[in-house]
Amino acid sequence: MDEKQDNEPVKKMLLILSKATLDSVYACFVLANGARMEGIEAEIFFTFFGLEAINKKRMERLHVATVGNPAMHIPTLVGGLPGMEAVATKMMKHEMEKLDLPGVGEFLDLLKDSGARLWACKLAMQMFHVTEADLYDDIDGVLTVGGFYERARGNGTHLLFI
Amino acid sequence: MNKELAGSMVSVNDEGYLTDLSQWTKEVALALAKEEGIEMTDQHWAVVEFLQQSFKNGDALSIRSVGKRGPVTIKDLYELFPGGPLKKASKIAGIPKPASCI
Repeated sequence: MDEKQDNEPVKKMLLILSKATLDSVYACFVLANGARMEGIEAEIFFTFFGLEAINKKRMERLHVATVGNPAMHIPTLVGGLPGMEAVATKMMKHEMEKLDLPGVGEFLDLLKDSGARLWACKLAMQMFHVTEADLYDDIDGVLTVGGFYERARGNGTHLLFI
Repeated sequence: MNKELAGSMVSVNDEGYLTDLSQWTKEVALALAKEEGIEMTDQHWAVVEFLQQSFKNGDALSIRSVGKRGPVTIKDLYELFPGGPLKKASKIAGIPKPASCI
């Protein structure tokens, strides 16, 4: 590989969000927004549980997982007690607000204003019986997997599965 | 290092950001904008002024804070300074490159 190719800048980030834990959603949104801030194109494909992040009824009620998440440092049995997820989520949201991170709905607005594109996965919508009316109003459309790969055209495109 | 901009010598870092805001003049800003391929309008100047004021106040700058408290919307900011709005606007404003992730 010659040096010119080696220095090829990232031109587009295609992020696939497949989970709806608060930490996954924010990782995805921060990466997409950060790309736009650097002049890199950014698109997000919301699939499987990731659809929750653009579901109008659900997006503001996402949680961090307190069970099966060793990094939370909460014993699994304790993490499973009623209200634990809510407490952990509240604490995390408080920390995020301090860092000037917006809520999910406002973050989607920010991404759209920044020129990021948002796509819903057709198969996941069918699987979870979700219609476009359930989704954030300003999504760019519903795509099949093939349609999503169409978006990946061009040198300097990178795909990331979250 | 030093660099000549609009006929005066200014001190810049290796990314071309002014290291001393007191060396900033409108002429220097115009020269920096030209390097970035940006033609300054009233809206551009309003953003520059807002960024300088925020910097002097010690506020942390993010795209969100500019959209919330600044003179233009986030959409406008991206249109006014295409390809890295906060970075480019900060450069033209003569303030350090923002170290924000949002």
